[in-house]
Amino acid sequence: MNVLQDILNTLSLPEFYFAMFRSATPVLLTTLGAMISSRSGTSNIALEGTMLISAFVGVVVSAFSQNAWIGFLGAVAAGFIVSNILAYFILKLNSNAVISGIALNTFASGGTIFVLYLITGEKGASTSLESLKLPSLTLPVIKDIPVIGAVLSGHHVLTYAALILVAAVWYLFKHTRLGMHIRAVGESPDAAETVGIPVRRVKYIALSISGILTGMAGAFLSMGYVGLFSAGMTAGRGYIALATQAIAAGNAVVGMLASLLFGFCQSMANYLQSSNIPLQFIQMMPYIIIIIAYTTYCAMVEYNKKKKQMLAAAGK
Amino acid sequence: MNKKFTIVRLLCAFAIAVALSVCIIFAISEDPLTAIYNLFLGPFQSKRHFFDVFASSVPLIFTGLALGLVFKSGNFSMIADACLYTGGVVTAALAIKTAMPAGLHPILIMLIAAAVGGLIGSIPALLKVYFHTNELVTSLMLNYVFFYFGIYTVTKYLADREAGTFASLKYQPTAALGALIPGTKFHVGYLVAILAVVLLYFLVFKTKFGYEIRISGSNPQFAKYSGINTSKVIILTQVIAGAVAGLGGAVEQMGMYQRFNWQDSPSYAWDGVIIAILSGNNPKTVPLAAFFLAYVRVGADLMSRRSDVQNELVSIIQAVLILFITAERFMAGWKQRQEAKKALEGEV
Repeated sequence: MNVLQDILNTLSLPEFYFAMFRSATPVLLTTLGAMISSRSGTSNIALEGTMLISAFVGVVVSAFSQNAWIGFLGAVAAGFIVSNILAYFILKLNSNAVISGIALNTFASGGTIFVLYLITGEKGASTSLESLKLPSLTLPVIKDIPVIGAVLSGHHVLTYAALILVAAVWYLFKHTRLGMHIRAVGESPDAAETVGIPVRRVKYIALSISGILTGMAGAFLSMGYVGLFSAGMTAGRGYIALATQAIAAGNAVVGMLASLLFGFCQSMANYLQSSNIPLQFIQMMPYIIIIIAYTTYCAMVEYNKKKKQMLAAAGK
Repeated sequence: MNKKFTIVRLLCAFAIAVALSVCIIFAISEDPLTAIYNLFLGPFQSKRHFFDVFASSVPLIFTGLALGLVFKSGNFSMIADACLYTGGVVTAALAIKTAMPAGLHPILIMLIAAAVGGLIGSIPALLKVYFHTNELVTSLMLNYVFFYFGIYTVTKYLADREAGTFASLKYQPTAALGALIPGTKFHVGYLVAILAVVLLYFLVFKTKFGYEIRISGSNPQFAKYSGINTSKVIILTQVIAGAVAGLGGAVEQMGMYQRFNWQDSPSYAWDGVIIAILSGNNPKTVPLAAFFLAYVRVGADLMSRRSDVQNELVSIIQAVLILFITAERFMAGWKQRQEAKKALEGEV
């Protein structure tokens, strides 16, 4: 009963919802990235590694330039470069997308530690680097509204960017030429080719955008609230984005909701750490809930497909 | 022509990896020659180091076999990570809590760890068959779930409160796998690994089910239409792969450790990817591929101890190798020119 009480108490706190948006941000950005590459027909498994490299580059560049925005640009550029390497292997050299992605993740997890040690002499975290953080914003009018202000105002600038990007990605797929091309290429590359869409270039562009968005997620991790890079700090968020992306099935708004579900679990997990549930069960909860949500989604799709087939058969 | 091309390509990939690591070492090290010497020849310096390579290759053989089998069937599950970790936890529990005669204890532990591994391995497969989820996505999530569950089990029931760090109580000596050559880490587990290699080779290439696995992997449409029960293939291969990985966790724990202290999940399952690729998903060549990676690992450890270059260099080498070996069109131009030359010669 105690636990239920704890959960209810947590749910009544505005700070909890604030933390939900915060935890959802990196996953949301990566989900959008995963969505764009997946709609173009390439599954980007390297998101995890891309995010890690971007987080690292962001910290290093901001420490050396002493300018947070240059650091941010560095992180985004790193995401762009890594995804272009991936694109080169997948599209030009015909590599298996999953295996190349795994290779880049291996590279990222070891390579970041390797370079971190070269720069700081430590392998754990970049504590000795004086890296900078990106600012948080207070929203002028909204901050004065009682509960909503506490939930929506004062977030990190990239959290707002992520929410705006949800609309942008939705618009991209719905109303722009590039979005249309990406969808066409993903659904049927041969058909796209015959109507004159440059298939390979569109795929390159889609992977690049996905790298840029993932790079922003990396920057959020290391230049958001924490302000340092630690080894393996992405902690599977790139893989979670693969699941939330699959739930979203190409719809940016659903992708946002799925990311918020993860943010909800994660922030609940943080709040329940002082309760008497064993810590490890709290830590595994976000993953279990994402698995359940994903499995339910897939089962529903399958059920609808079967139902349609049955109806079609009965109609005949 | 194709075989020759594969070999040349493989050699080129190796050459690129070696050249890159040498370049990196020269760029960052104050004493590059010591680093290079230890990285490439370190394991040959003493009998102990050389047999360390064999010992380090044991978990890699298991995960290489597991991933190779899953890849062969055309699936992409990474659940071997959870299977191996949980296999290790099961081993810790049984090695601490049960008492048995020396010969029987390890055998029983291995069987139970393999069974648990198989059970875990079945989850992504069952989810795929019944709910059409992607096995890669679910397995990646499940790895975290089982990792935290393992940590919970060890801290709650097996922890040594006096150890100061994360560690279980000591295993009973009856549960240890003895050394094959005294004075080295080379332990009986290597023979278990080789036995697994033989069994899997037999399974994949000499049985009807193995044939079904290979067909499902190389041509899923054909497999379906020729009446192969593809759901059965998906589930059974992942159960077997999970069991092999679980067994690997048990062997590694009993052969190399006296208490459980895996605070992070070891990366053996991810290393299994490169082993599977290097071996061409063929169980027969897995020990060789595992030996190679273990050799580089031991060399890199020696390098990081004796010079200023860190052993994470291995991840970079590993990634470059995977990228170039699996790049289908890497050096395609060279192949084409060779073929053209040959064809022209034929005309003349």
